[in-house]
Amino acid sequence: MTTIRFAEGGTTMENQFPIQQLLSPQGVWISDHHKELLTKERTLDFFKHMLRIRTFDRKAISLQRQGRIGTYAPFEGQEASQVGSALALSKADWLFPTYRDHGATMTFGHSLRNILLFWNGRNEGNIPPEGMNIFPPGIPIATQIPHAAGAAFAEKRKGTNNAAIAYFGDGATSEGDFHEGLNFASIFKAPVVFFNQNNQFAISVPISKQMNTKTIAQKGLAYDIPSVRIDGNDVFAVYQYVSEALRRARSGEGPTLIEAVTWRYGAHTTADDPTKYRDQNNSLKVREEIDPLLRVERCMKINDWHDENWVRQMTEEVVQEVDQAVGEMEQFPQPDPSVIFDYVYKEPTLPLVKQKQQLLNLIGGKEHDNLD
Amino acid sequence: MTTSTRKKTVTLLSAITDALSIMLKEDERVLLLGEDIGKNGGVFRATEGLQAAFGEDRVIDTPLSEAGFVGAAIGMAANGLVPVIEIQFLGFIYPAYEQLMTHAVRLRSRTMGHYSAPIVIRAPYGAGVRAPEIHCDSTEAIFTHMPGMKVVCPSNPYDAKGLMIAAIEDPDPVLFLEPMRSYRAVKEDVPEEKYTVEIGKGALLEQGEDVTIITWGAMVPVVRSTVKQLAEDGVTCDVIDLRTLSPIDEDIIAFSVQKTGRTVIVQEAHPSSSVANDILSIINETSFLYQKAPVEKVSGFDTPVPYFSFEDFYLPTPERVREAVLKVMSF
Ligand SMILES: Cc1ncc(C[n+]2csc(CCOP(=O)(O)OP(=O)(O)O)c2C)c(N)n1
Ligand SMILES: [Mg+2]
Repeated sequence: MTTIRFAEGGTTMENQFPIQQLLSPQGVWISDHHKELLTKERTLDFFKHMLRIRTFDRKAISLQRQGRIGTYAPFEGQEASQVGSALALSKADWLFPTYRDHGATMTFGHSLRNILLFWNGRNEGNIPPEGMNIFPPGIPIATQIPHAAGAAFAEKRKGTNNAAIAYFGDGATSEGDFHEGLNFASIFKAPVVFFNQNNQFAISVPISKQMNTKTIAQKGLAYDIPSVRIDGNDVFAVYQYVSEALRRARSGEGPTLIEAVTWRYGAHTTADDPTKYRDQNNSLKVREEIDPLLRVERCMKINDWHDENWVRQMTEEVVQEVDQAVGEMEQFPQPDPSVIFDYVYKEPTLPLVKQKQQLLNLIGGKEHDNLD
Repeated sequence: MTTSTRKKTVTLLSAITDALSIMLKEDERVLLLGEDIGKNGGVFRATEGLQAAFGEDRVIDTPLSEAGFVGAAIGMAANGLVPVIEIQFLGFIYPAYEQLMTHAVRLRSRTMGHYSAPIVIRAPYGAGVRAPEIHCDSTEAIFTHMPGMKVVCPSNPYDAKGLMIAAIEDPDPVLFLEPMRSYRAVKEDVPEEKYTVEIGKGALLEQGEDVTIITWGAMVPVVRSTVKQLAEDGVTCDVIDLRTLSPIDEDIIAFSVQKTGRTVIVQEAHPSSSVANDILSIINETSFLYQKAPVEKVSGFDTPVPYFSFEDFYLPTPERVREAVLKVMSF
């Protein structure tokens, strides 16, 4: 008689997906593996990009407090995940962000002014720079994941070398769209990278209540998608693993799932009060240990690449760039409100033409002759 | 309504919390499900304190998966529990559309009454609070179109509490729309104890002679401020707060529009295929020959609800309501 046995995940999965790191929190290279990555030029570049997006993030929070933009979703703490992944992309790739991934989109090349316009309630903010493909942030959770699979499928069909990357959080893995997107990409070997930022919270819900599995990476196995768990606060690891996933995509090997373990320091959005559901002092305490910028700064110091003057100059540069974008956002002309009718269909339908005229009559604008 | 009641002062939001609390206390089978409703008390704080009071197995933080927990609630309801679900914003209910449309509303029909799905789905809806994209939908008509679904939408604290309790006690699925713009707008004394407001009954909020205005939810305060102005100009109106959007109270509509012969319907939703159109057809069926003027409809537009920088142009304003009233008066 044979005993009945069921395969189990449990802790074996955690062992199967150890967190990959290249640079230790102390700023030391972990092994000689991939040591070629550790150049002065690249290190300074990572640092500057992370400083840039952190500067933007802090500015945006203060703009929100002053009522100069609307509700804002900060990403401080997740800079390494966003910079490392975006710098691995090529200009012709497709980027599918969430509302928290503008650190990635601005690193990829999105305009700071447009990102601010988005947060100021303007559709113009969703238009990517000429020649680039950046989708509007996915607001309904996980919905962008199948889009990325589809865009990647189309690149493959066209015979290009381009790939797509989908950003999403830990909470997103509970939605059907996550599973359906992965399965689709797996079947069709779509050139897509599923880039998960596991910041361990979905608003107030900790990952321990979000899922019974210990890792997100293991969910890729169900779809036979090669998967990995990395330190999302190690910009080198993020860059290296996303680069490899993109190489796989471009060479016809299909999708990859990357779980980047990270942490958001602050509130979910400016409308959220994190002290309701977690000890924010802890967020401050772990900062010293996990901060992605401090880690690179330590590395710069250890390697004698740290130059106070350079850091000061970079800080001034990014502050100036962000301030200029704020000015551009605030001076950006406000179109006639009837613009809300102009892009519903390619050709406006008769009801919309009439409704537009109604609004114009009301606000004293004028475009068409009377239609009634 | 009971007579000797102690009152408490509540907002629309805290009236809902109060109703949930009463039902959790009274009926062991009642449980709350939703994202961030536990420790966090919900993003609007509608379930504030309830997890602490009733425990984690009665007030449950679900995974981020609307299709999953609405589907699970159908199974729970069929098996004797009474789930009350919070959808964080109406704009995020769409993953659960399939579970609602293909199961919740027709389980009773499919089994000739053997099974049913008495669930309540609470959802804040509507624009006007400068919320981000997709947080501002008022797509009630998608749900009034579902045979087997009841759709309720209170405009004030008293109705919110009474309708919530009625919804939880209702044997069929109820979508409970909460006007987020009105959550904290007014405070009102309501009875401390349990009471219900009947589902399917509208309320006559103001009485007048000239025009009937039919509205609900977040548009009620807009209409009432317009009516005040109009009275100064000598135009008086019946104001009907529909309160339930499915089934619609035909009697209250017919009674009023047969009296005034002039009607304006005010809704926040897109005008095409909307609840206003259903009201129009009720007027047509019950009171066509009493009408002195074509019925006017004041709605949002057939555009996606715009980003907040333009939402004020989308939403019906007192000015637009006034114009419509004067138009029906001109016949
Ligand atoms: C379908 C859907 N349901 C609910 C929400 C409300 N909501 C916004 S963000 C969020 C949590 C998302 O958590 P996670 O995926 O971990 O991403 P994070 O915000 O942590 O970056 C929720 C529930 C939503 N936007 N979409
Ligand atoms: Mg998260």
